[in-house]
Amino acid sequence: MNDLILEGGLVLTPDGPVTADVFVRDGIVAGLGESLGSDEATVLDCRGAWVGPGFVDVHTHLREPGEEWKEDIGSGSEAAAAGGYTAVLAMPNTDPPIDAGHLARYVADRGSEVGLVTVIPAGCVTAGRAGERLSHLDELWMAGVRVFTDDGDSVADAGLLRRAMDYLAQLGGIVAQHAIDAGLARGGHMHEGDVSSRLGMAAIPAEAESTVVARDLALVRLTGCRYHIQHVSASQTVALIAAAKAEGLPVTAEVTPHHLAFDHRVVESTDPVFKMMPPLRSPEDREALVVALRDGVIDMVATDHAPHADHEKDVPFEHAPHGVIGLEWAGAVVNTQVGLEPVAFYERLSIAPAALLGASGQGRWIEPGAPATMTVFDPEADALDHARSRSRNTPHLGRGLRGRARHTLLQGTLTHSATIVPHPS
Amino acid sequence: MRHLLSMEGVERAVIEGLLDDGDEFLEVLDRPIPKVPTLRGKTVATMFFEPSTRTRLSFEKAAKSLSADTMSFSPGTSSLSKGESLKDTVLTIQAMGVDLMVVRHAATGAPWRVADWVDVPVVNGGDGAHQHPTQALLDALTIRQRFTTLDGVRVGIVGDIRHSRVARSNVWAFAALGAEVTLVAPPTLLPLDATTWPAATTSDLDDVLTELDAVYLLRVQKERGGASVFPSLAEYTARFGMTVERFNRLKPDAVVLHPGPMNRGVEISARVADDPRALVLDQVRNGVAVRMAVLYQLLGGERDE
Amino acid sequence: MERADIARALRRIAHEIMERNHGAGDIVLVGIHTRGVPLARRLADAIGEIESVEVPLGSLDIGLYRDDLASRPAPVLGHTAMPVGIDGRTIVLVDDVLFTGRTIRAALDALVDFGRPARVQLAVLVDRGHRELPIRADYVGKNLPTSFKERVTVHLEETDREEGVWIEKRAEVAL
Repeated sequence: MNDLILEGGLVLTPDGPVTADVFVRDGIVAGLGESLGSDEATVLDCRGAWVGPGFVDVHTHLREPGEEWKEDIGSGSEAAAAGGYTAVLAMPNTDPPIDAGHLARYVADRGSEVGLVTVIPAGCVTAGRAGERLSHLDELWMAGVRVFTDDGDSVADAGLLRRAMDYLAQLGGIVAQHAIDAGLARGGHMHEGDVSSRLGMAAIPAEAESTVVARDLALVRLTGCRYHIQHVSASQTVALIAAAKAEGLPVTAEVTPHHLAFDHRVVESTDPVFKMMPPLRSPEDREALVVALRDGVIDMVATDHAPHADHEKDVPFEHAPHGVIGLEWAGAVVNTQVGLEPVAFYERLSIAPAALLGASGQGRWIEPGAPATMTVFDPEADALDHARSRSRNTPHLGRGLRGRARHTLLQGTLTHSATIVPHPS
Repeated sequence: MRHLLSMEGVERAVIEGLLDDGDEFLEVLDRPIPKVPTLRGKTVATMFFEPSTRTRLSFEKAAKSLSADTMSFSPGTSSLSKGESLKDTVLTIQAMGVDLMVVRHAATGAPWRVADWVDVPVVNGGDGAHQHPTQALLDALTIRQRFTTLDGVRVGIVGDIRHSRVARSNVWAFAALGAEVTLVAPPTLLPLDATTWPAATTSDLDDVLTELDAVYLLRVQKERGGASVFPSLAEYTARFGMTVERFNRLKPDAVVLHPGPMNRGVEISARVADDPRALVLDQVRNGVAVRMAVLYQLLGGERDE
Repeated sequence: MERADIARALRRIAHEIMERNHGAGDIVLVGIHTRGVPLARRLADAIGEIESVEVPLGSLDIGLYRDDLASRPAPVLGHTAMPVGIDGRTIVLVDDVLFTGRTIRAALDALVDFGRPARVQLAVLVDRGHRELPIRADYVGKNLPTSFKERVTVHLEETDREEGVWIEKRAEVAL
């Protein structure tokens, strides 16, 4: 393996940012300093950019197995690397759903074969995501699953959720909840508010999310299980999270780039690219999410990267499936819309999500001995101008976003470079 | 104007221009030969993905009175049942050679999607509970004929506002023309959030009845009674129906409108429906005229300004 | 032409109409929008002064009968009104300028949708030549030989708040 020198970037070390060169040998950060020039090493220009730990996404739909026309582990890994990601948590709502050990192993193994990002499988809470009985929690645990979710649906049955929490609390697992009450959301396509009222569209109130979270927090108090709230969309949920954290409950939360970037007013176009679950909410909600991410009430950014083929999205809004892709632009959205300092930026995109997953070798500040799993992020560059995913359902193009991954390294291997590796297609 | 999709945000001058043309087309419809050669050689396709006989007939009559050819599409006999996408369906029809499409669809925004896909002007013939702009034009024309202007005219729209594309179109058109609009409905049928609508709201018809110049009754969708949005049809009629008693309390020159089809005895009593101040048939006739105006405007050449 | 010339021409045309039709008995004057309408009214007044009869007056907008809708914006529609049935009557179409003849062709098409007149005659204030169709005027206020590239402008008090006929050079040809 070639030695690498990451030259002249602002390096995020355990002691804070310093401008330095980073010397990488055998997949490990071998040294930090100035003018580490070497004849044999490949030099990566990092001037004007931040050099920090690789991004970790705790919410990615890779669609494999079962829906490979939207995405597969290969194309999804490419999109992830291009966005600066070095690890992703693969959501288990595939076909078949990941509710048993051998399925989880398949996903992880395919990720290793592709080799562009560490693919960590999440497992279902309930068998077949049917919400009726528990999935093979032990078996999944043995296969390395740490996060359990029926994402795409809430675990609605409180008794069942309580049993899952009891079980996982003892193992140390995490329940990640797609918190949307099916009854309140029934038939809805967008946020319930003045825009849905003008469009005459059936809608989903913010309470569809907050009522589930409020109930679940009571069960967290009861069981002590670690609980992660996926794609928080409403300010009233933010308030619940803040209170739970103040109380000391083992709770974390994520927000998506699209909920940081948009509010429901864009849905007036009835363009299906803005259809997602949970829906884009009010401007006040969006503002609350930005503030919560800045303050750390919301711990991390997660993409909810949800690829859909053109023919699935090119239909009337009400007929379109939910979701947008986001791996390629999450860093740019956070950089442009939230404007975090480099340390907080990497905390939300790398440190906190890696800690949630307990992913070894991910989310380490840059220092000698740390794995060379890094993202060099240029906050001034124009964002990536095309999708690397197999699908193209993104609202983030053409909006003047700033920031993109200049280089992505996974254990010393360059998995993406805006300047060196030619475009694969 | 390239398409006519919504009444929201359409400027007063544009609406008035269409109404003025509508007046002229009423004269055409009164001629011994009620037909002009204006759109000879043009083809108008009525693409109704949701059944509606009267609106389609009205558009077809309008097109034919302008000498356009018409093609009609209805889902019952179509390839949609074979799984063809909406996009492929409209592109196929376009490829046969049409100059304008009228689209009705149960999904909000569907005509906007169609307008994205095709190269010809699109008229929204009603989408979901969202918009039905030609209905608003014909209603505005009908009220204008009675009062010469909508400026300062007080219009009450009564009924299932929440699920009504007619209300969502009329409120913008009436307000743009200077009318004062009040939405009247039980709380469960008022809009969930009307803060950005150019209208007042109330659940007490009798409170505003005597101030109204025009009462616009929406059709009660009887099946909604079962969905428990109001207790019963009888209660609805008692509180929101245009009974003879309420009709007699209206201002002497006040008029009653209804988009049809009427439920006589529910939202409107049969005797009110047959009264000369019920303008239901004027609305139907004006519907042909304003649709002629819309086709005429959209199929004229591009404006340079 | 100035105000007095226009008035004189119209008086003469009024006399010619009466003479050719042996009085005003069957006549309906139909003005073509825009400036044919006030001209028709003035002719009706002139005839009324001569014979103290009230000649029925109609107006015709030929926008809906044009043959060039696709190539230009839909024109604003003027008002069309036929005060009486036209079956068996003598219709005198009135317009300001006779040029290519296409407007008159459209007006004839429009007219037959209202019925079957006994005969149709044409009165114009100005005939500037350059016909593209086999149409001629029965009554002409003034023959104005023009080049195709010139523009003839008629302004009337009722529509333009000034009165006169001008010939202007113009760069490009537009109907």
